[in-house]
Amino acid sequence: MTMTEFAAPHTNTREPILKARNLVKTFGRVVGLDGVSLDLYPGEVLAVIGDNGAGKSTLIKCLTGAEIPDTGELYVSGQQVHFKRPQDARVHGIETVYQNLAVSPALDVASNLFLGREERLPGLLGSVFRMLDTKGMRRKAKEELTRLGISTLQDVTVPVENLSGGQRQAVAVARAAAFGSKVVVLDEPTAALGVRESNQVLQLVRDLRDRGLPVILISHNMPHVFDVADRIHIQRLGKCAATITPQSHSMTDAVAIMTGAAKA
Amino acid sequence: MTQQQTAGPPSAGHADLAEEFLDRQTPLSRIRNILHRYPALSPAIVLLIAVVVFGILNERFLRVENLSLITQQVAVVGTLAIAQTLIILTAGIDLSVGAVMILSSMVIAQLAVSNGIPGPLALIAGLAVGLAAGALNGFLVTRFRLPPFIVTLGTLNIFVALTLLYSGGSTVRGSAMPPVLTWLGSTFPIGPVRISTGVVMMILLYVVVAFILGKTAWGRHVYAVGDDKEAARLAGIPVSRVLMSVYLAAGAVLAVGAWIQIGRTNAASPNAGVDLNLDSITAVVIGGTSLFGGRGSIWGSLLGALIVGIFRNGLSLAGLDVLYQTLAVGILIIVAVSIDQWIRKVKS
Repeated sequence: MTMTEFAAPHTNTREPILKARNLVKTFGRVVGLDGVSLDLYPGEVLAVIGDNGAGKSTLIKCLTGAEIPDTGELYVSGQQVHFKRPQDARVHGIETVYQNLAVSPALDVASNLFLGREERLPGLLGSVFRMLDTKGMRRKAKEELTRLGISTLQDVTVPVENLSGGQRQAVAVARAAAFGSKVVVLDEPTAALGVRESNQVLQLVRDLRDRGLPVILISHNMPHVFDVADRIHIQRLGKCAATITPQSHSMTDAVAIMTGAAKA
Repeated sequence: MTQQQTAGPPSAGHADLAEEFLDRQTPLSRIRNILHRYPALSPAIVLLIAVVVFGILNERFLRVENLSLITQQVAVVGTLAIAQTLIILTAGIDLSVGAVMILSSMVIAQLAVSNGIPGPLALIAGLAVGLAAGALNGFLVTRFRLPPFIVTLGTLNIFVALTLLYSGGSTVRGSAMPPVLTWLGSTFPIGPVRISTGVVMMILLYVVVAFILGKTAWGRHVYAVGDDKEAARLAGIPVSRVLMSVYLAAGAVLAVGAWIQIGRTNAASPNAGVDLNLDSITAVVIGGTSLFGGRGSIWGSLLGALIVGIFRNGLSLAGLDVLYQTLAVGILIIVAVSIDQWIRKVKS
C-alpha cells in the first residue's frame, strides 16, 4: 500500500464517508457551533484545530453522538443519520478515542479491547451460562495489535494501569481501530505523552490511514498536526475559518487563521 | 504469570522501551504486581499465618469441631460480605446490608408464624423484601446520583425502623417456625465432621457469584464501572443498569443471608446484627477488595470473613480478653487498607 494511493482528495469527486452540514449547537446563550460543515474522505487524516472555546470539542461531540446538534445534518456514507448517544455513532462504524482515554485501568489489555462488546463462548456455555470466551478474545486482541503493528504490547493479560501513557493510548486506539469500520476519531491523542510516545501514536495514525481508515485528529500540537494531517479544518469562534493542507499553508499561517490575525 | 520481558522479543526499534520494562521489575514491584493481579493472595497469606500461629498457641484451635464452629460463626457475615463485595466493587458501599437482612428475616418469620403462610412462600416474600430494598438503594444511587454512603445510611435507619414497627420489637423463636425456615441451621455429618447446611449455602453462593463475576460480561462490567465509571460509559456499558442490577443482586443475596441467620440463631430477632454491616465491610476490606472500586475478588471476602472469625476464636482460645479481639480486627483493617493503597500505586 502506498501513501499516494490514499493521498488526500482535494476535489469533491469522491463521496465523503462522514459529512456534516451547518451544525449548530448552543448552550443557553453561548453558541458552541455556528453552522459548521465538514467532510471526511476515505483514507485521509483530517485534523481539527482551533483555540480554546473555538468549538472543536463540541464539533467532535456532535460527530460522535456525545452531543446532539440543535440543527444541521449528518451523513455517514451518504445516508443521513441522527446520533442520540455515542452507541449510535458506534453502530455506524464511528469509533472515538476520548481525551481521557476511556480505558479501565484495572482490566487487562484484552478485556479493555473488548469492553462493552465481550464475546461469549459458543454453545450452551455461552448461551445458557453466559460464559465469556476469554481465550478467544485474548487471541483476537493479540492479532489485532499485531495487525496494527503495535509491537510494544506483547502481553494482552497485563492490566492497563501497568502500561506507559503511550501504550495506554495504543490500547485505546487499537480498540477504536478494531471496531471502527468507517471512521476513527482521536481527541488530543498526544496531549499527555512524551516525545517518543507521541511519535508512536502518530505512526499509528499513519498506519490507520494507510489501511484506508479515515481519521479525525483533534490536536493543539501544530507540529503533530502538520506531521500527519492531509487536510486541516480550522475552527474559530464556532465556525470553520478555513480548511487548509500542510502543503498550501505553513504553521504560522494556520495559527494566524486560528487567532483571526489572517483570513484564509 | 508471564513477565513482560519474557513474553516475546521486542522489535529492535523498541529496545529502549523494553529496557524500561526491565528497570521496573525490582523484586518489590514484582511482589506488588503479583498481589495486584491476585487480590485474594494477601488475605490467603494472612489466613495461613493466623491458622499456624493460633494452632501453636492452643492445640484446641485446630480441632475439627473448633474449625467447624468458626465456619458456622462466619456463615452470616460471610454471606453479607458477598452483597457488600458486589457493591464495593462498583466503588459504592452499603451500610444497610445488616438492616435489610434483619428486615427480611423478620418478614419471613412473621409471615410464617403469625400469618400462617407456608414456609417456602414466606421465604419468597423474604426474597421480595431483599430485592425491594436493593431496588430502593439502587434507584436512589442511579436516579438521584446520591453517594451510596448517604443513600444506605438513610435506608439503614429506614429499614431498622420498619423492622421494629413490623415486628413490634418481639423475637420469633425458631421452634414456632416451619422446619424449612430453620433448615439452614441443621448439620449433617461427613465422616467425623458435622457440616452446617448454612455454611454449605454460603459457599454455594460464593461459587455462583464468583462464576458470574469472573466468567460473564456482566461481571466484567461490574469491575469496569467501579474502576472508572466514565470510561465504562464511553465504552458503551450501560452504567446505571449495571449499578441497579448490582443492588438487586445484593438484595437477593441478603435475603438468603436472612434465611441463614434464622437457622444459625434459631430465631428471628429485630435486634440482632446491629453491627453486621460494619462486620461485612471489615471482611471485604481485609479480603483485599479496594474501597475505591474495580479491584478485588469475591473469594478474598470469604477469606476476610474467615480471618476475622479465626482471630476472634483464636484470641479467645488463647485466653485473651474480648477487647483484644476488637483491637486486632481494628489493626487488621488499617493494615489491609494500607496494603491496598500500596498495591494501587503499581504504576509509578
